[in-house]
Amino acid sequence: MKSSKVIHAFYKDDEVLVKAVKKVRAANHHIEEVFTPFPVHGLDKALGLAPTRIAIASFLYGLTGLAFAIWMTNYMMIQDWPQNIGGKPSFSWFENMPAFVPIMFELTVFFAAHLMVITFYMRSRIWPFKKAENPDPRTTDDHFLMEIPFDGNETEITSLLEDTGAVEINIVEKH
Amino acid sequence: MSHYEAPIREPLVIGEKSYHDITEDIARPIEGKANKNWYMAFYIALAAMLWGFGCIFYTVGIGIGVWGLNKNIGWAWDITNFVWWVGIGHAGTLISAVLLLFRQKWRMAINRSAEAMTIFAVFQAGLFPIIHMGRPWNGYWVLPIPNQFGSLWVNFNSPLLWDVFAISTYLSVSLVFWWTGLLPDFAMIRDRATKPFQKKIYSLLSFGWSGRAKDWQRFEEVSLVLAGLATPLVLSVHTIVSMDFATSINPGWHSTIFPPYFVAGAIFSGFAMVQTLLGIMRKVTHLEDYITRLHIEYMNMVIILTGGIVAVAYATEFFIAWYTGSPYENYTYMSVGAATGPYGWAFWSLILFNILIPQLLWIKKIRRSFIWSFIISIAINIGMWFERFDIIAIVLSKGHLPSTWWRFEPTFVDVGIFIGTIGFFFVLFLLYARTFPVIAQAEVKTIMKSSGEHYKKLREQGIHGENH
Repeated sequence: MKSSKVIHAFYKDDEVLVKAVKKVRAANHHIEEVFTPFPVHGLDKALGLAPTRIAIASFLYGLTGLAFAIWMTNYMMIQDWPQNIGGKPSFSWFENMPAFVPIMFELTVFFAAHLMVITFYMRSRIWPFKKAENPDPRTTDDHFLMEIPFDGNETEITSLLEDTGAVEINIVEKH
Repeated sequence: MSHYEAPIREPLVIGEKSYHDITEDIARPIEGKANKNWYMAFYIALAAMLWGFGCIFYTVGIGIGVWGLNKNIGWAWDITNFVWWVGIGHAGTLISAVLLLFRQKWRMAINRSAEAMTIFAVFQAGLFPIIHMGRPWNGYWVLPIPNQFGSLWVNFNSPLLWDVFAISTYLSVSLVFWWTGLLPDFAMIRDRATKPFQKKIYSLLSFGWSGRAKDWQRFEEVSLVLAGLATPLVLSVHTIVSMDFATSINPGWHSTIFPPYFVAGAIFSGFAMVQTLLGIMRKVTHLEDYITRLHIEYMNMVIILTGGIVAVAYATEFFIAWYTGSPYENYTYMSVGAATGPYGWAFWSLILFNILIPQLLWIKKIRRSFIWSFIISIAINIGMWFERFDIIAIVLSKGHLPSTWWRFEPTFVDVGIFIGTIGFFFVLFLLYARTFPVIAQAEVKTIMKSSGEHYKKLREQGIHGENH
């Protein structure tokens, strides 16, 4: 991969950062990434990030869990080995259903929660033994980092960033 | 003014703190050395835990005949302890999930430790049904897996099996909820670690969290949806635990009031345990600026509310037992018979610790006092244990036939296992307090501007500096 230059602009305040992001985007510069120590409200909108669809995924996972619970209770209690337990109807899933509600509920939650978290980890590429990718250790403490790729025209973009309140501006080679 | 909060609200973070100060404060207990008190507490807890493990091995080796159980009282300390621990495990998810949905900012200082408490308490709870099986190596029989018995499946009509599903779902969902919230805080520790071994460990624990804008967007959505899922989950768990009793045909247990009453009792005892733990932890880890009087007061308010629900439930049970006119009902755990019978001491302990003592919290001075909150929380912990003991032992001690009436006497093994789980719980919690970020620092940083004392003062003075 061709090596490219990026600017790392550091900020020390979340509100200053959001304003800076808006300004930089208004000046038609592409912001590659922003690293922050905590969730900054309004940052995703300022960056123009599409809303996440993970809640929809979770809903579908929940439906899967519910369907699995229905299939499982029906197969085990009605089809494969029906038994007379306390006179409960063992011949019809629907009539025996009230006793299965807790299982259906728990499995819905189980599937929705775990598969959503796994999806989150996969999509955000976080898992055990993964190496962290934040370029500066201060970004998990109190610094906010904006990464902007650029070619040429160094002075224009640095002066723009200085105007937005950046406390430190570094030019680094990437890759 | 996106960070506006009414000035009349007390600050949640005390002192002139920057974001970096929060990092320092949360990292200090992890990076510093443990003091003598920590080691002393740890060794005591460890000794209790080992004693408990010894008693468990003895039980498994000889059989549960070494307990005080007999043919009439088939459940006693084991299930009492199980329900007690599960109940304690309810506050953590309630604080992190329900209070998140209600946008209560004060939860942020206490949610991490409350969730840790939840997970450690559910570990203890899970031990009891497994050793009560007598043959714990057959414990996998509760799972719906194909087996060598001609594919005889588990019984999905049974509340005991619902428990298996409810508790394991609760434990695993609480665990991922907790861990996902921990990732940014582990990353913070990782990025400031200087010792290579420490860096390696925290890199592993933080799953390589980098804090990209998109990661945070997903993080917040995942937290919200998990909270939405965990809220009915936490209510379902103790509902199902109560059904272990309520769906049986024993008078005193066969009661429709049980599910809501058990859930309220669980939250009541869970918050009491959070008070107990945080009352000590805020001092030991010097986090008094984050876990403030206000936090203690809010938790005490939840305790008054849920304690009130529990008291009304007791009154209802007592009234109904009397109103039925059935002589059998006169021997249930909430009846004149119980109050004056051989278990009267247990009955009156319950009334004293669970109903009378918590009423002190109506007084604002007491509600806001650390030492009083601590003492009352201990009383509630004891009272809630007696509640479960009364429900189980008193009801079972008076069977349908007077010739089957019997008493339960715990053996040293019953006591040993119970003390062992308390030791195990504290071993886990003490290790947690030394190695985990005990406050969700990333979240606390988000409320600094709205609820930090420093920023509130600045706003009052009308200063809106760019760098504040």
